[in-house]
Amino acid sequence: MSGNMNITLKVWRQKNKSDAGRFETYQAKHISPDMSFLEMMDVMNEQLIKDGKDPVAFDHDCREGICGMCSMYINGRAHGPNKGVTTCQLHMRSFKSGDTIVVEPWRASAFPVLKDLIVDRAAFDRIQQAGGFVGINTGSAPDANSIPIQKHLAEEAFNAAACIGCGACVAACKNSSAMLFMSAKVSQYALLPQGQPERKLRVLNMMKAHEEAGFGACTNTEACEAECPKGISVTNIARLNRDFVAASFTGE
Amino acid sequence: MTLDSKIPAGPLSEKWDRHKFNLKLVNPSNKRRYDVIIVGTGLAGASAAASLAELGYNVKTFCFQDSPRRAHSIAAQGGINAAKNYRNDGDSVYRLFYDTVKGGDYRAREANVHRLAQVSVNIIDQCVAQGVPFAREYGGLLDNRSFGGAQVSRTFYARGQTGQQLLLGAYSAMNRQIGTGMVKSFTRHEMLELVMVDGQARGIIARDLVTGEIERHSAHAVVLCTGGYGNVFYLTTYARGSNGTAIWRAHKKGAFFGNPCFTQIHPTCIPVSGDHQSKLTLMSESLRNDGRIWVPKKKDDARRPADIPEEERDYYLERIYPSFGNLVPRDIASRAAKGMCDKGFGVGTTKLAVYLDFKDAIQRLGQKAVEAKYGNLFDMYKQITGEDPYSSPMMIYPAVHYTMGGLWVDYNLMTTVPGLYACGEANFSDHGANRLGASALMQGLADGYFVLPYTIGDYLASEERKPVSNDSPEFMEAEKQVKDRLNKLLSIKGKKTVHEYHRELGLLMWEHCGMGRTATGLTEGINKIKALREEFWQNLLVPGVDLELNQNLEKAGRVADFLELGELMMHDALNRNESCGGHFREEYQTPEGEALRDDENYCYVAAWEYKGENQMEELHKEQLTFDEVHLTQRSYK
Repeated sequence: MSGNMNITLKVWRQKNKSDAGRFETYQAKHISPDMSFLEMMDVMNEQLIKDGKDPVAFDHDCREGICGMCSMYINGRAHGPNKGVTTCQLHMRSFKSGDTIVVEPWRASAFPVLKDLIVDRAAFDRIQQAGGFVGINTGSAPDANSIPIQKHLAEEAFNAAACIGCGACVAACKNSSAMLFMSAKVSQYALLPQGQPERKLRVLNMMKAHEEAGFGACTNTEACEAECPKGISVTNIARLNRDFVAASFTGE
Repeated sequence: MTLDSKIPAGPLSEKWDRHKFNLKLVNPSNKRRYDVIIVGTGLAGASAAASLAELGYNVKTFCFQDSPRRAHSIAAQGGINAAKNYRNDGDSVYRLFYDTVKGGDYRAREANVHRLAQVSVNIIDQCVAQGVPFAREYGGLLDNRSFGGAQVSRTFYARGQTGQQLLLGAYSAMNRQIGTGMVKSFTRHEMLELVMVDGQARGIIARDLVTGEIERHSAHAVVLCTGGYGNVFYLTTYARGSNGTAIWRAHKKGAFFGNPCFTQIHPTCIPVSGDHQSKLTLMSESLRNDGRIWVPKKKDDARRPADIPEEERDYYLERIYPSFGNLVPRDIASRAAKGMCDKGFGVGTTKLAVYLDFKDAIQRLGQKAVEAKYGNLFDMYKQITGEDPYSSPMMIYPAVHYTMGGLWVDYNLMTTVPGLYACGEANFSDHGANRLGASALMQGLADGYFVLPYTIGDYLASEERKPVSNDSPEFMEAEKQVKDRLNKLLSIKGKKTVHEYHRELGLLMWEHCGMGRTATGLTEGINKIKALREEFWQNLLVPGVDLELNQNLEKAGRVADFLELGELMMHDALNRNESCGGHFREEYQTPEGEALRDDENYCYVAAWEYKGENQMEELHKEQLTFDEVHLTQRSYK
């Protein structure tokens, strides 16, 4: 290994869903500042295996900041200290040799811990299944350019659609609310003509699924926006609330 | 067994329409009596799941990630091709077909490629109707950009996140069907075996990755949409979990493997920085629209790029290929970069990099406009390297990115195993020896939305409409095989971790079966991989047990399969005594160093049949005929 940083890690260990869990302390040695945080975890895990111990389980996949799989709470912040960055894109040059780093899983009752740093985010999928779509079958679409959309609306819809579903917003929220996540999808479709026919039904159904999953309510602290690696704006939550109130009054 | 590609008769442009009419149909009320298993939920899998469920079939989907939305299609950046001709610049279905066949260096099937070009226009319509936020112009209509290997602008895009937006579109369509109960989604599940009953694919054995339980799932047909196997090279642009296990298990059960050695090395990736590295990151090909690639004219020039004056820079792609310039196809751009570095013109600390410079674009368009087009890519570059590409050029180097090879399929996307289909990157069918940029998204969605939903009915229509049992001896036997294999991996208790073996395998593959291949190098590589495989099964150390969440055990199974697949890739590369597309055999090149094909002897798809443990596989040949596109030396000059 190539680096000269030495890091002390306090990592959450939990065997499975029913285990109480506890922190364990490990050393990661010879770390290069060019390593990503996950590569540093890889180095630590290799050492644990060689020492006959159980390596730390953590979610990761694309390692380029887009799949939304990685999910670590680092020194009390979702995805660590840097703004607009997922854990996999966080590099060790953001830390100093000799640092002690605390690593935890997302904490939310709707995201039960499966093992160590891995949580179950199936509740996110259930919210999407309740209404996060435009109800159109394959084969029945009109020509793409028959639906002109103002550029600024398309851009705004894109900004909302850029959500990667990682769950940092829930982890950062003191109420464990998933409103930012949900509002991103609601907004994407609310801004586009394609989303209008199901606009009311969508917001009602998704809100219901949000509640059933055990996520908390939004109390406007905006911690979600501050920790979102993709810069999803809380104005989406305002849009969702407007749509929800309108839909609740007029019914569907 | 003789290969029957089932290409329909008739003129090229009418084949697909005629074929669709001739395919058998399943009555709407009978569709619900058929079960279909789909493995993998990327563009191909999610679009197929949604479309089949909309038709009325019962669908079960499987993915190893925690959500279908995380499949690696999500990471595709640049765009998706479609022959819409919205730019009025001379595009057509025929031109997209022609460019793709030529780009693939004449090793793809004409009929498949033409169908792909035909349905490309429907894909854009479908995605827009789903609310995919493509880039638009001020008039409200869709924007396009250019990509390598084409002289028209036919690429639709959503900033640098086109794959993400298309996948979320397909995921949303699939979610709608999960909501109605027509799709049952199994996440954190991995397929570990294909189950055959009386010569037909009838289900899979899957492992619940949370509990470690082994499950038997039966169906009337099985569709593999599990992506490519490029991770055999360890350091690649693939996601860490991407693997070849599903298709390799199917191969060992009788599905032929088509052109396994055809690998795409993408020219614009962030170079390797050290031995700790776990993956390489792509910088979208779209950057070549505005970025100019160069190296210093002087060897081992240690000056900072800004200090090298214009006349001492070699914009080698513009120099060698004046008509396509920086937009030559990927295989050509990659080989040229390697050539420059091999000759000593490389830059950076490792000297294995070339510059991709936006200086002129920033001057011409302004930093703001460049930011609007490529902002997220520039940010990502800065995040990874710590350097700002607005003020100094990016450094790039080629990396493994895609596999054109995959399971051999006929025109209906069925493998040589009846009832087993392969879609998207998992099959071999449309890209020949080199895939053009923005064509992977097109193929994944074409297969899932517009091809498989028609062709699978033709097979199911003749199947008995009663549920397939998952208690038959065949299922029990396959389950036992899976359990035995897991126990074997756990019981070795050697000294080396699975990551160490994977890294070693990757280095070996890159050295012997990478960008430049030779007969002697491949022969040596085959011996080395055999030795490495033997060592793996004697000295592997997997911690933990089977009945728990065990990421090292998951990976061990995948690397074990790569150790076999890698050998087949080398046999295939050794057999193909020619250079074509991404397959470059150094013995076969033109005086200018371009790929030299041998159409007389190698104008075929190499389809390999598994013959048993440590047995040489049997080669079957599907001759390729070119009735429309004239076989010629590719020229981008």
